[in-house]
Amino acid sequence: MKFIEINDELDLGGEDHDILESVMDAEEVHDSPREKVKTEKEYYKNYVRSSQWGRNLIRTENKGFTVFYTAVAVVSCVALIGMLLFTISFLPRYGVENPESTKVVKRYVESGLQETGAVNIISGIILDYRAFDTLGESHVLFTALLCVTVLLMRDKKNMRTQYEDFYTIRDEKYHELYRESIMRMVAGILLPCLLLYGAYVLLNGQISPGGGFSGGAVLGSGMMICAAAYGFKTSDRIITRRVSNLIAFFALGFYSFAKGYVFFTGANGIENHIPKGTPGAILSGGLILPLDIAVGLVVACTMFGFYSLFRRGSIGGE
Amino acid sequence: MENLIANSTEAVAVILFGIGFTMLLFHRNLFRKLIGLNIMDTGVFLFLASMGYIEGRKAPIIVNGVQSTEAYINPVPASLVLTGIVVSVSVTAIMLSLTVRLYMRYHTLNLDEIYSIADHREDDR
Repeated sequence: MKFIEINDELDLGGEDHDILESVMDAEEVHDSPREKVKTEKEYYKNYVRSSQWGRNLIRTENKGFTVFYTAVAVVSCVALIGMLLFTISFLPRYGVENPESTKVVKRYVESGLQETGAVNIISGIILDYRAFDTLGESHVLFTALLCVTVLLMRDKKNMRTQYEDFYTIRDEKYHELYRESIMRMVAGILLPCLLLYGAYVLLNGQISPGGGFSGGAVLGSGMMICAAAYGFKTSDRIITRRVSNLIAFFALGFYSFAKGYVFFTGANGIENHIPKGTPGAILSGGLILPLDIAVGLVVACTMFGFYSLFRRGSIGGE
Repeated sequence: MENLIANSTEAVAVILFGIGFTMLLFHRNLFRKLIGLNIMDTGVFLFLASMGYIEGRKAPIIVNGVQSTEAYINPVPASLVLTGIVVSVSVTAIMLSLTVRLYMRYHTLNLDEIYSIADHREDDR
């Protein structure tokens, strides 16, 4: 019952404050922060074991329920796999064309190039025929970033406990001082190639395999490697939380306006004056290239945002 | 049965789905449950991608102006998989962050332990 206050009562003693100050001032880390975290965990475990209810944590009193649960789970798993395999045996054969499933494809393949201007039919589908769906997808990503920010954000206003912040700062300091040299070496070689490849995939979405999502994911992982190898101090010079959120916001806004313009003109029968370009050239496909870039920026910023929020709770040094 | 062997890719997809479902039911660790959910996602993607494949045809990128459905595989499942991947990434991120918050509050990832600690905490009832 006393457990309620344990989170608030985990107060730092004067000794720990001194360690924190020494870390921040002298920039010296004598022992690994992992050890400290381990001690915290052990403290917790001992506390749980010493209390009366802590001994009953694992459901020993519900042994009948456990047996029942296991039996039902085994039966339902086997039944599910068996049922699905039974259904699979009635599906059309793998690799054989099924006329029923290719009714829509006829339109996409035969007139997709003329209607969208994109050589890559999948790009044409996801950014022209189904552009509204892709807009929703980008918003799903952005909303997920917002949710993760709400849940994990740590800055001066959202510090949950002094304790937690102490380890965050200390961990960061430790990583600043003892950055893995292998990681830095590899990142130095890999980063330019990754960013170049990401940009290539992003910009060639309409004429080759790739597009906004894959290119954005490559760019995002490039930024992640940068932050992992060189630390947030370096990566803050390139991109911060504010900047990356603004980029994602403006990219989504641009996408919405561009596609809204096309929807408006299309629904009212007005010509939209967007040149299709020569198929196969990099400036082809009408709006597909700008929309690809917008989607790619959203994906890259979201990926980097996820990484930074999970790593230390905030992107910038704010 | 013959059809099942011919459809082995779909069968593998379904078995992956089943493995993920089994992990969801049997593991009490939240991270393992999450991994199970991701395996289920993978099964769905493999199933969709294999449904669009047609033997001996090329990826739907128009080459040399050939614009007949005879030359290319089905592009619709590929674009659906793209949607699925994005949604699965977002869902995974949100669930991971919820798990991190749960760990911060209860200092354990075991679902049973979380339940029993929550039972004994007055403000969580």
